[in-house]
Amino acid sequence: MSDKEIDQPTGVETTGHEWDGIKELNNPLPRWWLIILWISIVWSVVYWILMPSWPGISGHFAGIRGHSDRENVAIAISALETERSAQMQQLKSVSSINDIESDPQLLQFVLEAGESMFGDNCATCHGAGGQGFKGYPALVDDAWLWGGTLDNISKTLHHGIRSTHPESRLSVMQAYGELGVFNGDQINDMVEYVVNLSGRDANADAVARATPLYQQQCVSCHGVDGTGDQTQGAPNLTDAIWLYGGERSEIYETIKNGREGVMPHWTDRLTDEQITALAVYVHSLGGGE
Amino acid sequence: MLDRHEILEKRGLLLSVAILVVVAIGGIVEIAPLFYLESTIEKVKGVRPYSPLELAGRNIYLREGCYTCHSQMVRPLRDEVERYGHYSLAAESMYDHPFQWGSKRTGPDLARVGGKYSDAWHQQHLVDPRSVVPESVMPPYAMLNERALDYSQVEAWLKANRVVGVPYTDEMIENAKNDLEAQVDPFSEIYDDFIARYPKAQIREFDGDPRKITEMDAMIAYLQVLGTMVDFSTYEAEENYR
Repeated sequence: MSDKEIDQPTGVETTGHEWDGIKELNNPLPRWWLIILWISIVWSVVYWILMPSWPGISGHFAGIRGHSDRENVAIAISALETERSAQMQQLKSVSSINDIESDPQLLQFVLEAGESMFGDNCATCHGAGGQGFKGYPALVDDAWLWGGTLDNISKTLHHGIRSTHPESRLSVMQAYGELGVFNGDQINDMVEYVVNLSGRDANADAVARATPLYQQQCVSCHGVDGTGDQTQGAPNLTDAIWLYGGERSEIYETIKNGREGVMPHWTDRLTDEQITALAVYVHSLGGGE
Repeated sequence: MLDRHEILEKRGLLLSVAILVVVAIGGIVEIAPLFYLESTIEKVKGVRPYSPLELAGRNIYLREGCYTCHSQMVRPLRDEVERYGHYSLAAESMYDHPFQWGSKRTGPDLARVGGKYSDAWHQQHLVDPRSVVPESVMPPYAMLNERALDYSQVEAWLKANRVVGVPYTDEMIENAKNDLEAQVDPFSEIYDDFIARYPKAQIREFDGDPRKITEMDAMIAYLQVLGTMVDFSTYEAEENYR
C-alpha cells in the first residue's frame, strides 16, 4: 500500500486507476458504517449457530437453541388452555343456563369468550350484532326456527342445519312451483293466504281458494294456524318476521323455488365447551327462550 | 489481496468463471434442498389432488387474482390458530402449482375456509360482498354466476399438473370431463367411481342452479375443499416440529 500515489490537494491516496489523467481517490469507508457491517457479519454467524439454518442432505441443521415455531405455538396454545381451564371445566358439567347465570364470574367469561368467537365465526352470516341478513336469521329477536333454548341453540351449533354432518337438522321447504305442485295462479292465491296469516290485508277470494291447498300441503310443517313447528324448523307465518322477505313478490319466490338455507356444523372447528360458551352468548343476545 | 482486483478485472474469461462460482454457491444453498423435499413435507393422511371441478375453481381463483388480497397460510402464531384453526402444513399445498400462500392479507386467510360457510353464503358474498359483510372492501364477482364454465381443456389442466408432479393417473385424466360434471350432480351414474378417484369430494349443486355448470360452481367447490383434506386425528404434531 505504501507505494500508492498520494493525491496532493486532499492528501488521500489514489486507487491507481487513471482515466485520461483523472484519478480515483481511495477514501476510507466511514467508521460507524464499517462497525455496523462487521457487527452484522458476526451476528449472522451467531444466528446460524443458534437458529435452524443450513440445509443438509437428510434434513437441516436445527441450531443449538432447538427453536421450533410449531412447538412454540403449541406451548402458547396450551398455556392459553391452562389459563382458561378452570372455566372450561365448569362448562363441561353445565346442564342448564341457570348454572351459568348463577355464577357471575363464569357468566362474564362465557360472554366474553362467546363474543370473540361470534366475531370470528358467526358474524359473517348473522351480522356483527346478530341482526341477521336476508336468508340468515336474526339472533336478537325471539323468533326461532329450530328453538331458542340453550339446548336447541347448542344442538344447532354442533350439528348445523342441512349441513354435511350426519346428525344435521334436516327439513325441506319444497319448490312448490318448480316441482309443479302449484301452478302460478295457485301460488298467487297462496301468497294472499300467507299475507292474511300475518295479519295484513289480503284478497279474501284468493284466501278462500287457497285454504284447501294450505290444508293439503302446508299444515304438516307450518301448522293449521300457521304458527310453525320448531321441531321441523318451520317458521311461524303469523308474525312480521321474514327470513326471506315478507313482500308478496318475495313470498311468491319462496313458494315457487323453495328454501333450503344451510348452517354449517361446528363440531370440527370448536370444542364442546366453546360451543356451550357460544350458545350462551347467542342466548344472551336478546331472544333466548 | 484487495489491491489485486486488476487480475480479475482485466481478464474477461477468468472474471466470468469467478462470477459463475459465486452464483453457484448461492444456487446450491437455495436449490439443492428441493432435491430432497420428501423430508420437509409432513406425512399426513387425506391429501389428494384437486378434483377437476376444484381445479377449475382454482384456475378462476388465479385468473381473478384472489391471491393478491387473500393468503392461504395459517401461520404458527397463537392468534391465527385461535381464529382460523390448525396452522397450515406443507403437505396441504404439495399439489398446488403454484402454491397460493400469498403474503397480502387485505381479506381473511382462506387456508381453512372450507366448510366454514354455506354455499349460498359464498355465492351471495361473491355476487355482492357488502350484502353480507357491510364493512367489506372486496370487489363483487357477480359474473361468475352468469359465465358458463369452459372446461374443454380440463384433460390438459390435469396433464399439466402431472408434469410438475401431481399424481393424476391416466384414469383420472381420461375421466376428467365426466368427473367434473359428476361433482355437481348428486344423481350421477359415476358417483361411486368419482368418489373412489377423489375421496371425500363434496358433490352437490354448488350454485343452486342445476341447468348449467357455471364458474360459480367451480369457485365454490374449490373454496369448500380448502383446508379440509388433512385428517388431523392421525397427524403427529410433535414429529413435525420445525
